[in-house]
Amino acid sequence: MAELIVYGVVLGSIIALGAIGLTLVYGILRFANFAHGDLMTAGAYVSLFLVTGLFPWFGIPDTTFGSLSFGWRMAFAFPIAMACVAAASIFFDRILYRPLRLKGSGSVILAISALGASFIIRMIVLILWGGDYHFYRPGVLRPAIILPLEIKIRPDQILILITVLSLVVFLYLFLKRTKMGKAMRATADNMELARVSGIDTERVIIWTWGIGGALAGAGGILYGIDVQLHPGMGWHFLLPLFAATILGGIGNMYGALVGALVMGVAQQVSTAYLLPTYKPAVAFIIMILILLVRPQGIFGGGRA
Amino acid sequence: MKVLEAKNLTSGYGETDILRDVSIKLEEEEIVSIIGPNGAGKSTLLKTIFGILMPRHGAVRLRDEEITGLSPDKIVRKGMSYVPQVDNIFPSLTIQENLEMGAFVRTDDYRDRLDEMYDLFPMLKDRRNQKVGSLSGGQRQMVAMGRALMLDPTVLLLDEPSASLAPMLVGMIFEKIVDINRTGVSIIVVEQNARETLKISDRGYVLAMGRKVFEDTGKAILENDEVGKLYLGG
Amino acid sequence: MDIGGLIAYLVSLAIMAGIFAVFALGLNIQWGYTGLFNIGIAGFFCIGAYTSAMITTPMPTGLYAQYVHQIFGLNLPFIFGLLGAALVCGFIAYLIGYPTLQLREDYLAIATIGIAETFRLIFNNEQWLANGPRGLMGLPQPLQGLVEARHYNYIYLVVVLAVMVVIYLSIERVIRSPWGRVLRAIREDEIASAMSGKDIFRFKMQSLIFGSMIMGVGGALYAHYTKAISPDVFTPLYGTFIIWVMLMAGGSGNNKGAVLGAFVIWGIWIGTKFLTDLLPYTLKARAPYIRFLIIGILLEIILIYRPRGLIGEEKRISKMID
Repeated sequence: MAELIVYGVVLGSIIALGAIGLTLVYGILRFANFAHGDLMTAGAYVSLFLVTGLFPWFGIPDTTFGSLSFGWRMAFAFPIAMACVAAASIFFDRILYRPLRLKGSGSVILAISALGASFIIRMIVLILWGGDYHFYRPGVLRPAIILPLEIKIRPDQILILITVLSLVVFLYLFLKRTKMGKAMRATADNMELARVSGIDTERVIIWTWGIGGALAGAGGILYGIDVQLHPGMGWHFLLPLFAATILGGIGNMYGALVGALVMGVAQQVSTAYLLPTYKPAVAFIIMILILLVRPQGIFGGGRA
Repeated sequence: MKVLEAKNLTSGYGETDILRDVSIKLEEEEIVSIIGPNGAGKSTLLKTIFGILMPRHGAVRLRDEEITGLSPDKIVRKGMSYVPQVDNIFPSLTIQENLEMGAFVRTDDYRDRLDEMYDLFPMLKDRRNQKVGSLSGGQRQMVAMGRALMLDPTVLLLDEPSASLAPMLVGMIFEKIVDINRTGVSIIVVEQNARETLKISDRGYVLAMGRKVFEDTGKAILENDEVGKLYLGG
Repeated sequence: MDIGGLIAYLVSLAIMAGIFAVFALGLNIQWGYTGLFNIGIAGFFCIGAYTSAMITTPMPTGLYAQYVHQIFGLNLPFIFGLLGAALVCGFIAYLIGYPTLQLREDYLAIATIGIAETFRLIFNNEQWLANGPRGLMGLPQPLQGLVEARHYNYIYLVVVLAVMVVIYLSIERVIRSPWGRVLRAIREDEIASAMSGKDIFRFKMQSLIFGSMIMGVGGALYAHYTKAISPDVFTPLYGTFIIWVMLMAGGSGNNKGAVLGAFVIWGIWIGTKFLTDLLPYTLKARAPYIRFLIIGILLEIILIYRPRGLIGEEKRISKMID
C-alpha cells in the first residue's frame, strides 16, 4: 500500500503539470480546454521524434545519466519539446479559439472546438506513428532503489518528482514576481478591469497558452519516460486532469497541484481493489462527488 | 480650458439606445457630477466616454484629441482613468499588486507614485501585502481608486463610488475625492447619492431616460427644489 | 461496379446515414433545443446497442455458453429490442440526470465524457455482462426470412427510414407543444425562465431522457445492421464526435438540419475513403486516421465560418403562433 501511495504521488505530479496548465487557461479564458490532454501527447511524441529520430542523426550520444533511463538526448529534447507544444498551443488559440472568441461564441462552442482540436492532434500522432505503444528507450532494465519501509522507487521517478517540483516553483516565482505573471493573475481575476488598466490582455492570453502548453507537454514526456507512449495517452488523462482542476478550484494553481496529487494517489490506491483500466473511472467518480458536494473546489474561490 | 468634452452621444447595448444625444463638458480641475434616477444612462455615459461602449452617434474629445471609440487601453495611455462601479479590484492580488497593475503601462519608476497613494490612503499602507478580496468595502473602494490613480491621470471617471458602502464611509470617500481633485485631477462622478456629490461638485448634470434634463452649478442644483423633487427623490 | 452493385452500395450508405440521423435527432433535442452539452453520446449508443442485442438473442446454452457470456438473453423479436433499448437508455438517463443536470454546461460535458468512458470500460472488462472485449455476434435482423440475404439491406433501409421518420415526426410534434416552447426558453436564457416559475430541472431531465431514448433506438438499429458489436465500436470519436459534427454541419436547433447533416457528413466520410484509396500502399494503414483528421478539420472550419450549419436555426416557433 505504501508503494501504491508513493507511485500515486509520482503519477499525481505528472497529472499536476497538466492540471496547472488547464486551470490557468480555464481561469482566464473560461472554457474547458478538452484538448489539454492531447497537448501532453504532443509533448511526448515530439520528444520521441527528437530522441529517436533527429538527435541520433545529429550524432548526439545515446549514453544515459547514471542509473536514469535517459541521457543527453532527452535532456535536450525536454525543453525543445516543451517549447514546441507551447508554440502549438498558441497556434491553436490564434487560428481556432481566438476567432470564435472575437465572434462572441459561447463557452460551449469553444469547448467543441477544443474537442475537435484534441482529435486533430491525436490523428496526426496516429498518422505519423501508428497505434502501437512506443518507448523512449526500449528494453531497458529499470532497477529500483529501495527506500525505508521497503518502498521501491525508480531513479527516473525521483527525477520526475524533482522536475515537477522545479517547474512548479518556477511558475510560482513567475506568477508572483514578474510583471507578466502578475498581469496573468490580474486578468484571471477580472479581464475587463485588466483591459481598463491598460493591460494587453491578448498578450496575456498568449503567455497563458504558452505556459499551459509547455507544462502539459512536459507532463506527457515524463509519463512517457516513466511508463510508455501511446496515442491515446492524453485522452486517458483528460478525466483526471479535469477532476484535479475542479477539485482544486478552477483558476487556482495550488489547488490544481493538490487536486492532482489526490487524484494520482486515489487512482493508484484503487488498483488494489479494481482493475487498473478503471483508473479513469475512479477519477470520474471522485469528480462527480466534488461537483455535488463542493463545486467550487476544496480551496474555494473556484467558480461554482 | 476644456479637458474633456462629449458631444451628442448616443449609445446603448444591443438594439436599444440607452443614452440619447447627451453633451457634457469637463473643465480643468473641476469636479462634475452626473446624477439622476436609476436607468438614466449615467453609467452608460461613462462607459461610452471611456471606450468600453462604441457610441452610435456623437464624439468624445480629450483636450484637443478625438478619442471617440478608442479602446480603453489606448485611452488609458492618454491620461484618463476609470473606476467601474462593481468588480473594480483584483481580489486575489494584494493591495500593492493592485496598485502595480494600475501602473502597468508606465515605463518609468513609479515608486514615488506608490508612496503618494499610500499618503492619500494611509489605512492601506499597513495592509499592503494583504489580498484585496479580504478587505472591507470601504477599503476596496480606496484600492479601486488608487489603482486608477497610479497612472497619474488628468481625468478620472468614477462610477458610483459610494454604492454599497456603509453610510459612515460615504463621507470619507467624498473627502478623498476632494483630496484627489486638489492634486490637479479633473473628475467626473456618477452617483445615486445626489446630495453628497453635489456638495463637492463645481457643476452637475441631471440625466433622466437617457437625456440631459438639467445642468447648473452644484450649489444651484442642490437648492433647486423642483429638480430635487422630480429627479433626486426630494 | 455495375448498376446493381452501385445501388446496393448506396443503400448501405443510406442505412448508416439514417442510423446516424437518428442519433443526431436525439442530440438535437438535448443540445439544439435545450442547450445540454452532451459529449457522452457513445455511452447511450453502447447501452442501446447492447440492450437490444441481449433482448433479441437467447441466453447461451451448452457448449456455446463457455465462449459467450451475457447477463441476460430474452430472444424476443426486433421491435422489443428497439423498445427495450429506448426504455433502458431513458432509465439510465434518469439516473445520470439527477447528479449532473444541476451542473453548469462545461461540467455537464465532462461528466458525460466520464459516464460514456465508464460504461465502455465496464462493458470491456466485465465478461459476465456482455462477453467483454469480444462482444456479441450473430444478432438477428427483423424480417430476415423475407428475401434472399443479398437483398436484405433494402428491407433494413426501409426499417431504418421508417424509424427515423417516426422519430422525426414525434419530435416535431413535441417541439410545437407548450413543453417544447419552455425548452426553447431554457436554452435562450435560463435565469429569465427561472423567474417565470418553471421547474427548469424537470424540463431538462425530460429532455435528457427523451433524447437518450432516441439515441438508444439508434444504437439498437446499429447493432442489428452490423449484427455484431463490441466495446471498441463505441469510442468517443466514432460514437460521439462524428454525431456532433453532423449536427453542427446540418444546423443545430433544426430537425431537418440534423438529418441533413447526418447524410452529408456520412457522405463526406465515405468520400474520404475514395481519397485514401488513392494513397500509396505504405500509408494505407493510416487511412482511417487521415479520414478522421479531415472530419476534425472540417468541424473547425464549420465552427468558424458557418456555425449555424447548412440550414441554420429554425425561426422561433412561438413567433408563428403568438
